[in-house]
Amino acid sequence: MTGFLRRGRVALLAYALLVPAALVVFGVVLYPAGRALVISFFDVDSPFPGAYPFVGLKNYADILTGARFWTAAQHTLYFTLASTTLEVVLGLGLAHLLAAPIRLRWLFRGIVILPWALPTIVNGAMWRWILNAEYGALNALLTQLHVQGDYRSWLGSDPFVALNMVVVADVWKNTSLVAFFLLAGLQTIPGDLLEAARIDGAGPVRAFLRVTLPMLRPTLAAVLVLRIIEAFKVFDIIYVMTGGGPAGGTQTVTFLTYLQAFSAERFSYGAALAYVTVVAILLLALIYLRLLRQQELSVS
Amino acid sequence: MKKNRHVGAHIGALVASILILAPFAWLVITSIAGQTDLLARPLRWWPEHVTLSRYREIFSGAAGGVAAQFRSAMVNSLVVAAGTVLISVSVGIFGGYALARLRFPLRRVTLLSFLVTYMLPPIVLIIPLYLLMARFGLLDTKLGLVIVYCSLATPFALWTMNNFFGSLPVELEEAARVDGCSRLGALIRIILPLARPGIVATVLFVFLLCWDEFLYALIFTSTSDAKTIPVAIAEFTGRNAVDFGLIAAGGVLAAVPPVLLAVVLQRHLLSGLTAGALKA
Amino acid sequence: MSANGMGGVSRRGLLAGGIGAAALAAAGCDVGGGGADSGGAGTGEGKITALFMQQAGYSEDDIRGMTADFAKAYPKITVEPTFVAYEALHDKIVAAAPAGTYDVVLIDVIWPAEFGSKKIVTDVTAQFPAAWKTDMLGGALTTAEYQNKFYGVPWILDTKYLFHNTEMLGKAGVDAASLSTWDGVLAAATKIKNAGLVKYPLIWSWKQAEALICDYTQLLGAFGGKFLSDDFQSTAFATGGGLDALKWMKKTLDDGLTNPNSMESLEEDVRKTFSEGGAAMALNWTYMFNAANDPAQSKVAGKVDVLPTPAGSAGAPGVNGSMALCVTGGSKNQKAAWTYISYLTGADVQNKYAKSSLPCWAKSYDDPAVLSVAPKMVPAAKKELANLISRPEVPRYNEISQILQAEVQNALLGRKTPEKALADAADQAKSLLS
Repeated sequence: MTGFLRRGRVALLAYALLVPAALVVFGVVLYPAGRALVISFFDVDSPFPGAYPFVGLKNYADILTGARFWTAAQHTLYFTLASTTLEVVLGLGLAHLLAAPIRLRWLFRGIVILPWALPTIVNGAMWRWILNAEYGALNALLTQLHVQGDYRSWLGSDPFVALNMVVVADVWKNTSLVAFFLLAGLQTIPGDLLEAARIDGAGPVRAFLRVTLPMLRPTLAAVLVLRIIEAFKVFDIIYVMTGGGPAGGTQTVTFLTYLQAFSAERFSYGAALAYVTVVAILLLALIYLRLLRQQELSVS
Repeated sequence: MKKNRHVGAHIGALVASILILAPFAWLVITSIAGQTDLLARPLRWWPEHVTLSRYREIFSGAAGGVAAQFRSAMVNSLVVAAGTVLISVSVGIFGGYALARLRFPLRRVTLLSFLVTYMLPPIVLIIPLYLLMARFGLLDTKLGLVIVYCSLATPFALWTMNNFFGSLPVELEEAARVDGCSRLGALIRIILPLARPGIVATVLFVFLLCWDEFLYALIFTSTSDAKTIPVAIAEFTGRNAVDFGLIAAGGVLAAVPPVLLAVVLQRHLLSGLTAGALKA
Repeated sequence: MSANGMGGVSRRGLLAGGIGAAALAAAGCDVGGGGADSGGAGTGEGKITALFMQQAGYSEDDIRGMTADFAKAYPKITVEPTFVAYEALHDKIVAAAPAGTYDVVLIDVIWPAEFGSKKIVTDVTAQFPAAWKTDMLGGALTTAEYQNKFYGVPWILDTKYLFHNTEMLGKAGVDAASLSTWDGVLAAATKIKNAGLVKYPLIWSWKQAEALICDYTQLLGAFGGKFLSDDFQSTAFATGGGLDALKWMKKTLDDGLTNPNSMESLEEDVRKTFSEGGAAMALNWTYMFNAANDPAQSKVAGKVDVLPTPAGSAGAPGVNGSMALCVTGGSKNQKAAWTYISYLTGADVQNKYAKSSLPCWAKSYDDPAVLSVAPKMVPAAKKELANLISRPEVPRYNEISQILQAEVQNALLGRKTPEKALADAADQAKSLLS
């Protein structure tokens, strides 16, 4: 009886603590998100209110049978996997450097946050400028080092090269974010544990695999899920760097959603695409979390 | 052995710094190089003509011009980001604690539904949001942006705080409660100081989320009352301005406040358990 | 977070949403957004808000100047002009439409069908004075016209001209008069390339963007092609002039006459390359004449001349790249909005600011004051503006354009033959026309 009461009181406290967050989020998002879900079953082609035909799951069927969606989905998946993997691997290394007792550490931390502090639209413009086929710094560097004979196009000739350049720009900016979160995660690992491992004769690599990585797993999972969500929704940097080209080679699902929902005013199709995106992100996040858990098992 | 590792760390930090700084250095050089230097082939890595004209233009441009808008955009961005950080991080701390430490029905569903709002591409929410904001007179106001950004940043803050709280040992909190602290007392006195690195990381993230956000700001603002930095910089490309240097100068200036913030906060990214909290 | 938890919720969520939507449909509810205000004529006085763009044509200062003059002439109307980059103009108009934020908006020539059919902008045919239809340049007049109705008043008039570097032409011994046809342009480009004056004589704005379609349209017109069949029910670009234009574009790339970096260039990149002496000839909008002749931003200042677009086998139409001012459907002060538009588009105001943007009125081109601000530009403009070709005037133009951009690039990059690329584009565009 008392246990029941206590549990009830805990639940009440939990809800009370969550109410402000719920108000702040759902107070703003519930109507638009709900409306998006509703109109995804209609055929709304104008921003004005009015009666529009109900089409059931047709928008979803159109998406899943359309070639454009699957092409965009491939680009999105590649972008997400490539950028999140690179960001986590590089971010792990960077986090350890940030935690290391080096000289001028405050300066190093200031440097590491630089890319993160640069607004995405500036980042995109910067990389477009560096990669410029006529005047770009990368072409200048590579030709002056005799790595390549002449200037070449990075964003305009080969769609796959262009997509990889967008990945580079994204990784350059967002690795900092991952590194800072993992740095914060590293701080929650009791130093005694690492010390104990060292006393047991474990080298730095073994200590990392046996102690750091398992202890870091929750933070790693959290930051991975966040980066997956953001990478899957990638829009700004594509908008600035390539506009989806060349030959549609950097068109991602969110970019397609933008083209459909805004440029083409196919609001219902766009809304359906958005919910397809949500489901895809959920699935992807799930797979990642599973993999992390397996890794944990194989390590311990 | 230990010394070797420190040498390694220094080399690693140096290499990382170079990789990070190289593109940014080029941005800085671009912002002070004359137009002819930028388009030279073969490229001169240090410009023949160094000019501060772009910075001068931004700082002293006439009122009403693009430059004046950039100055007010800086203030707008700071206000909006600070307001959002204050609200999102505090509600995120309380909610994140509940999700990490308290057992209650629908806990996972709650967390998930917050995350799902974060997964929706903002593009599809813009039109109904616009109507809502128009109805409440929030268009082209900083308050309107704070409200929208809070809805973007809070799921994130919840998610990270949930994880940071979850990774702290439960024993500490239980010890405090045995000592007579209430749950909230334990949260404020024991957990918060320990979770400081996580909170600081979240503050940085929320701040930069606001600093970075482009699409909503573009659609919801129209004058210097509320236009933010990314919108102002995007406008540098307007009016036939091929001059990438101006965008570069704007970008360099835009990076300054967050970097200063990070330098101020960086001390607090370290602390917590390594500082011997377990003994406390 | 367990697998069951996640999957279960999303399935349940989708199911619940589906049921909710079905219920709404059964009840016949509004789903478009709800609660939008409808517009009205208003008293013809009071406050109006206008949305302009920042690129090209009239500058922000010009527009503020015009608006100040308007305020003196019409003290009972206050106007608040706001500005946005061209790239964001369409989206901002759409997002603001149901709320009626703007009374006056500037729209691109490719949007009247879309905005008109959706009532985002109002039909002003009734207010449109008959005299305007004869006094405005023929090419300008159609800017805001869709299915014989006027949805706005032309304001910024533009098309793409052929710019050339007189020094390079001279060195290669090319007579500028030979640039009156595209064959002549190719011959000149070959000569210039062989003389070793520049690696790629031609640069274009062929990035995957609307700019690519502008260049393609101008060539399609020159080669006698058509975008759509006469009844607007099917596409016609995949054969005849449309195909010839694309093959021609591809050939200039294959022959090394066109700079391959055209594939990632917009108009501003074209101007940059041309101004650096990196190209001998280029198609671009009016603004390039002043910009490329400005020593502060160009190495070829004083060596740039402009000609009307060259002719192909079927003539020399210029692409219509104009913009018009419209009264929005959501405006509650449509009368005042129309007064403001009539003022801004008037010949007096346009002549006064002719240096920024050439007027839409035929008479202005004989006005010595207008001629004096752009003595070289005006004759070329007068000739080309009389003969403009439009991009398809259909409500779903934006989608057709997106498809065409990607497929034309596929052909230019050699990933598909021109025939296959255009056939694929036609196939995808088919369903968008009905």
